[in-house]
Amino acid sequence: MKQDKLIAAALMIVALSAISGLALITVFIFKEGLPIILRSGVREFFLSSDWDPKNGAFGICSMIAGSLAVTAGAMIIGSVFGLGLAIVLTQFCPARLASVLKPVVELLAGIPSVVYGFMGVVTIVPLIRTYLGGPGLSVLAASIVLGIMVLPTVTSISIDALQAVPRSYWEGSIALGATQWQTTRMVMLKAARSGIMAAVILGMGRAVGETMAVIMVAGNALEVPHGLLDPVRTLTSNIALEMGYASGEHREALFATGVTLFAIIMMLNTIALAIARSSAKKGGSR
Amino acid sequence: MMRLSPAAGQRIAVAAMWALALVTIGVLLFIITFVLVHGLPQITWTFLTESPQSMGRKGGVFPMIVGTIMVAGLAVAIAAPIGVATALYLTEYTRESRLTAVIRFGADCLAGIPSIIFGLFGFVFFTITLGMGLSVLSGALTLALMVLPTIIRTTEEAIRAVPHAYREVSYGLGSTRWQMATKVVLPLALPGICTGVVLSLGRSISETAAVMLTAGSALHMPNSLFDSSRTLALHFYILSREGLSMENAYATASVLIISILALNALAYWLMRQFVRRAGR
Repeated sequence: MKQDKLIAAALMIVALSAISGLALITVFIFKEGLPIILRSGVREFFLSSDWDPKNGAFGICSMIAGSLAVTAGAMIIGSVFGLGLAIVLTQFCPARLASVLKPVVELLAGIPSVVYGFMGVVTIVPLIRTYLGGPGLSVLAASIVLGIMVLPTVTSISIDALQAVPRSYWEGSIALGATQWQTTRMVMLKAARSGIMAAVILGMGRAVGETMAVIMVAGNALEVPHGLLDPVRTLTSNIALEMGYASGEHREALFATGVTLFAIIMMLNTIALAIARSSAKKGGSR
Repeated sequence: MMRLSPAAGQRIAVAAMWALALVTIGVLLFIITFVLVHGLPQITWTFLTESPQSMGRKGGVFPMIVGTIMVAGLAVAIAAPIGVATALYLTEYTRESRLTAVIRFGADCLAGIPSIIFGLFGFVFFTITLGMGLSVLSGALTLALMVLPTIIRTTEEAIRAVPHAYREVSYGLGSTRWQMATKVVLPLALPGICTGVVLSLGRSISETAAVMLTAGSALHMPNSLFDSSRTLALHFYILSREGLSMENAYATASVLIISILALNALAYWLMRQFVRRAGR
């Protein structure tokens, strides 16, 4: 028994490594990035679009706008497809199609983001340039690529949410004479609402945080976008593009960009976790 | 607005859902075939076994293959024991408490953090503060932290799927908790755990942003863990972004895609083994 207690203590210490890693990340990112935000002024840093590291101007407004624009576009595509696929897989689908679709979604999650970015550059970008005009590298291109990339996240978490709905709800509704689609729309989606919301928010986190694919297709221009065909730079691409040669204040400002990104992500994650937890509680008391 | 009859609504919905499913399958097939059709003809034995010349315009990718295996392999080798131990603690050694809630919160949050943030952290912590420099080791440690949540979650699920009766029998035979965990639970959960490990390996191979900031982009062969090394994914990014060589970019992408396909197939096979074993 004594030995068991020792092992339990050792395992507990190892188990704390995830939370310690999170703490370390938070401390180091903020330690490197926060001072320059305070020094150049919170308002100046977040609300100015003037990013000129050589002359000490660090305003990330255009990148925040870029991240928001690209993420919004990605979520429209990603949620429609992701939720649609989750519905197909849980409600409508013959077993044989499900056994094809599930590995397809998993594989989509496994393809490297650089490959997505590259595919965007060689297929979507020229199409936009030819048929819609503009430089091609744009909010629209990034939204399409990111939409496909967040699809697996939205799909798999929505599937969990839909499968957590008690089977009797489905049977009850079908027995009342509703069609499959009516049952899905009026019963299943309503019952799984909070889980689906969590799925979309987590997908949003993925889209905000994606880096390499966005660098390749978004165009990286330092301006607030005015339309879908304008090139943009996101928070993530700003870091990855300039980190290679930055030093001094410039590097600090890139860490400050990271602080902003980190804060956005933690906010989204906390909301999603809270929604998921409250829905799990509700499900338990039923 | 005209109201649809329920039957028509059902038919339209089914059609729309099928369209979505087919488009998704189509996108995946398109990406894979597009890359392979352009890349496979460029892959030769010398491409796989030679060093790159003139920044990757000519020559092969051998150092990148070695670098990728070193970084990704080491990352998983570090993360797997920690992840399995964490999952074992959460499932077999403790009740749900404030402490487990904190551990789970940590893992959940880590899972959501974008790779570029891991890159920034790895850069300032491992390469600068701990003085490891841009190296295989810094890259591997950063990636280990990144895949840790995946390993914890899959291991937890695999352990929870082991029927409770097995544990009772093991206790009934007089085993200690540790014997029960290592001789009964872990062997039964092994295929499930391996699935998580294989998927994490795939994710480490695919990762670019975090590796770029921690392992660097040296073109030569890494001689030790403290040497900088360029992974395949990063090499592909640099080749295509700087327009050095489309042929070599496609070929590198093909090597990446084939490894990912193989790893996913392996994970899928392991999962089936696990389901078969757990169902028995």
